[in-house]
Amino acid sequence: MVGEPLIRIRDLRKRFGAHEVLKGVSLDVHAGEVVSVIGASGSGKSTFLRCVNVLERPNGGTMDFEGFHFDYEEGARRQPTPAQLRDLRARIGMVFQSYNLWPHLTVLENVVEAPIRVKGERPAEAREKAEALLARIGLAEKRHAYPSKLSGGQQQRVAIVRALAMQPRLMLFDEVTSALDPELVGEVLGLMASLAGEGMTMLLVTHEIGFAREVSNRVIFFDQGVIAEDGSPGDVLRQPSSERLKQFLRRVLHEDAYHAAPAAPLLGGRA
Amino acid sequence: MLDTITRWWEGFAPYVPGFAAASGLVLVLSVLAIVVSWACGLLAALGKVSRFAALRRVSEFYIWFIRGTPTLIQIFIIYFGLPQMGLRLSPFVAGVIALGVNGGAYVAEIVRSGLSAIPKGQMESAQALGMSRWHMMSRIILPQVFRVILPPVTNEAITMVKNTSLLSTITVVELTLYSQTIIATTFRPFEFYIATALIYLVMTSLISQAAGQLERYYARSL
Repeated sequence: MVGEPLIRIRDLRKRFGAHEVLKGVSLDVHAGEVVSVIGASGSGKSTFLRCVNVLERPNGGTMDFEGFHFDYEEGARRQPTPAQLRDLRARIGMVFQSYNLWPHLTVLENVVEAPIRVKGERPAEAREKAEALLARIGLAEKRHAYPSKLSGGQQQRVAIVRALAMQPRLMLFDEVTSALDPELVGEVLGLMASLAGEGMTMLLVTHEIGFAREVSNRVIFFDQGVIAEDGSPGDVLRQPSSERLKQFLRRVLHEDAYHAAPAAPLLGGRA
Repeated sequence: MLDTITRWWEGFAPYVPGFAAASGLVLVLSVLAIVVSWACGLLAALGKVSRFAALRRVSEFYIWFIRGTPTLIQIFIIYFGLPQMGLRLSPFVAGVIALGVNGGAYVAEIVRSGLSAIPKGQMESAQALGMSRWHMMSRIILPQVFRVILPPVTNEAITMVKNTSLLSTITVVELTLYSQTIIATTFRPFEFYIATALIYLVMTSLISQAAGQLERYYARSL
């Protein structure tokens, strides 16, 4: 890709105590790119995602995003201030594995809270936009329901809409289908695919190799705290160059096959 | 039968205004002590998670001391003990402070457990949307904490009402001491202590009722 990247990360490092989780990660993401981050658990991929919006404060490296320049080096003068962090996060949407909707607020209240009180939108306008978004995902009639009354898939789609209501420039997805019952995964992936189709810039940590292959235009393989492979889905997933990635893909694709298996009755009787 | 009741009531009637005043004092004492206990409790809860080791120590000592010693002794220390240090308080003020400081230790523990009951993801999703710390606490976290701690908070309020009776020992003429003075002249401890108990029961039951209403209101999102 040519031109200025939307986000530029250089030599990002993060450690928890003595354990170094990210050992120097550099990545450019251009507007409109859909980047899937794959890797074994413990490879640092979720930590990396959480460093992008500084839910985890990196211990070193730099990041550029829409005019922000942060230097996370210990003692650096360009450490983000609290106000800068709020501004940054208001422009980067994030969706979590466990949805994290606020249980004491209705669906609509969940969606309009940040647009009204962080961005300062007029309540009527924010509500109108939120209702339009909810209608788009087919949950308009649930707008006054509390999250506990929704299925996991519905909750996760509301969580996506809640992030979208801030009109973010970049969306982060942290294993957003891992906590879902298998039959609910599709509706969430479907929404993400349509977002990707509309040109949203997305960075997603996922175990859904099929989704990474079909929807993203770039796949990154994390291994032991560094980016081990980076390329188009065709290159990275069909012709993995490293033995570690081959092993990883064998393991997860094997799991995929396992999940697909119950469709055919093994012992007869229970179809 | 009717005759007996009439005679009972005639025995009581002269003391109704006194009982009303004493009950009012119980309510005033309870409300003030609860306010003090929340101030102490929130400070101690914050102190316990402070960055400064000294503040953590102070909070831990406070909670440990209060929960490990009798409330009555704490009242005596403040009312009888402090004058020796040059601090003489009226029975009313000493009583409010003693009960408030006492309740604060329990409130601190309640608040702490309530905060830890909220999943970390609730704060992260708020932060990830750009909320300030104050916004997150006031709109997202504390409303959830409040729902979680409502039952123990109710218990604390009830305990506070009952604990005001301990202030009879430092000459606060609240319900208990008032009934004792009547009994000293009427020699009818059974009726008057039962009546006193019933008045406490009405007050604590009203608190339970109100809390139940609140709980049902909060349960709408469950």
